[in-house]
Amino acid sequence: MSTKFDAIVIGLGIVGCSCAWALSRRGLRVLAVGDAPIGGGATAAGMGHVAIMDDSEAQFRLTARSAELWMALRDELPPEAAVDYCGTLWIAADEEELNAARSKHAFYQSRGVRTEVLDEKSIADAEPNLRSGLAGGLRIVDDSIVYPPVVCEWMLAEVTRRGGAVRFAHVANATRTRMTLAGGETIDAGVVVLAGGDASAKVCPWLPVRPRKGHLVITDRYPGFCRHELVELGYLKNAHSHATESVAFNLQPRPTGQMLLGSSRQYGVEHAEVEARMVAWVIERAKMYMPLIGSLRVVRAWTGFRAATPDSLPIIGGRDGVDEPVVATGHEGLGLTASLGTAELISAILTGAPTTLDAGAYAASRDFGGHGGH
Amino acid sequence: MGTETREVIELFIDGRSVRVAPGASVAAAVLNAGKACRASVGGERRAAVCGMGICFECRVEIDGVLHERSCMIEASEGMRVRTVDAG
Ligand SMILES: Cc1cc2nc3c(=O)[nH]c(=O)nc-3n(C[C@H](O)[C@H](O)[C@H](O)COP(=O)(O)OP(=O)(O)OC[C@H]3O[C@@H](n4cnc5c(N)ncnc54)[C@H](O)[C@@H]3O)c2cc1C
Ligand code: FES
Repeated sequence: MSTKFDAIVIGLGIVGCSCAWALSRRGLRVLAVGDAPIGGGATAAGMGHVAIMDDSEAQFRLTARSAELWMALRDELPPEAAVDYCGTLWIAADEEELNAARSKHAFYQSRGVRTEVLDEKSIADAEPNLRSGLAGGLRIVDDSIVYPPVVCEWMLAEVTRRGGAVRFAHVANATRTRMTLAGGETIDAGVVVLAGGDASAKVCPWLPVRPRKGHLVITDRYPGFCRHELVELGYLKNAHSHATESVAFNLQPRPTGQMLLGSSRQYGVEHAEVEARMVAWVIERAKMYMPLIGSLRVVRAWTGFRAATPDSLPIIGGRDGVDEPVVATGHEGLGLTASLGTAELISAILTGAPTTLDAGAYAASRDFGGHGGH
Repeated sequence: MGTETREVIELFIDGRSVRVAPGASVAAAVLNAGKACRASVGGERRAAVCGMGICFECRVEIDGVLHERSCMIEASEGMRVRTVDAG
């Protein structure tokens, strides 16, 4: 191929598409390459919840900055992107969880994020289908939902308009400035960015990313059954315990009126099949919060793989002196949210574009506690 | 419900009384009443296609339960059916 590209981005999921799009907005000619459809991979499987999270300061900064970028983009996206500012309601089952909600509230308030603590009565008013007797909850006002595959298509259309290109192929290996396709063809560029999701370690074997399987279930249309994205407050504990299996209640009202129900987390499972046992677990867990869920008609269940890292933070950037691609992966269950912040950071690293994010916390050269690196 | 002994079944489709022969499916009653069953996500009106429980195009609300496949359910006396054409 004779055309010279400024950058190659490997992976057409939301992270790769965001990086390609951000770089092309900085004037680079970008070649986006992937071996699955645009917006496929974990991106097609995920829930599409844009959530500002507080597990760590670094996670907060990345998700909060990303949420700002999503907000700025909302009017540019096509209607099919189905953006909805429904907000998140974290549910506190008991007094202990309500105290956790209060500390989260303090954390968010001091950082300028709009939140509200709900008591037993106000959570019942906010979501009438929740069971009675819950202690309360925390509402994150500006959390939203979006349908990522449409955003991916939209981003790559802009990349193409700006002189870039999209190519469907499997990348066998890559260095900082060259990729080799499965058929042996090589393509050079100013820089290669690897955003291959949970398969990234096939190209950069040192990457400490492990696939973490998730199941989701979607119902037929029941408009008004629930209004906010609902998440149980036990979620953080479950999500970050490194137990091999866990399920946490998570319900999202789709703009169609369908109820999207999650989610499970499993390590050590390589096959993508839907497991009846896990689906049943997801539904049983949901019934503990919303008994009427059991009467809704399920139309489909599917699975996806999150790219998990040892410290639950993504890996963004390149290692000095190593001839390998710059990477953008390891977002676990937050890659849709964090994609825009990640792209801003990649753009800052590669083109000097401004960012308020500190690259150090997500650096490829950080200490993974013996899990990665040389 | 002893449908064999009745000559006609009266049910209500979108509040209007409809009479059908015993043994008729709700889908048949809905078609007889000149109505569609449901709307697609895009708002297109849809009606029964396969008549055997596979395509899910014939879903209606029956006695308060959403998304019932009308081709799989026999019309019964006093049943209340709600379609996409309900006002
Ligand atoms: C069940 C579930 C629910 C989720 N819910 C949410 C949520 O509500 N909010 C949120 O923010 N995040 C959520 N996530 C996480 C989110 O979906 C992911 O973090 C995000 O989609 C990752 O995007 P990505 O572009 O890095 O990876 P992917 O979408 O997996 O894309 C990577 C692409 O790279 C391609 N690729 C890999 N290697 C190569 C190669 N060698 N050559 C060519 N192509 C290659 C793959 O084919 C793939 O298409 C969820 C994930 C799951 C599984
Ligand atoms: S007509 Fe196909 S399922 Fe009823």
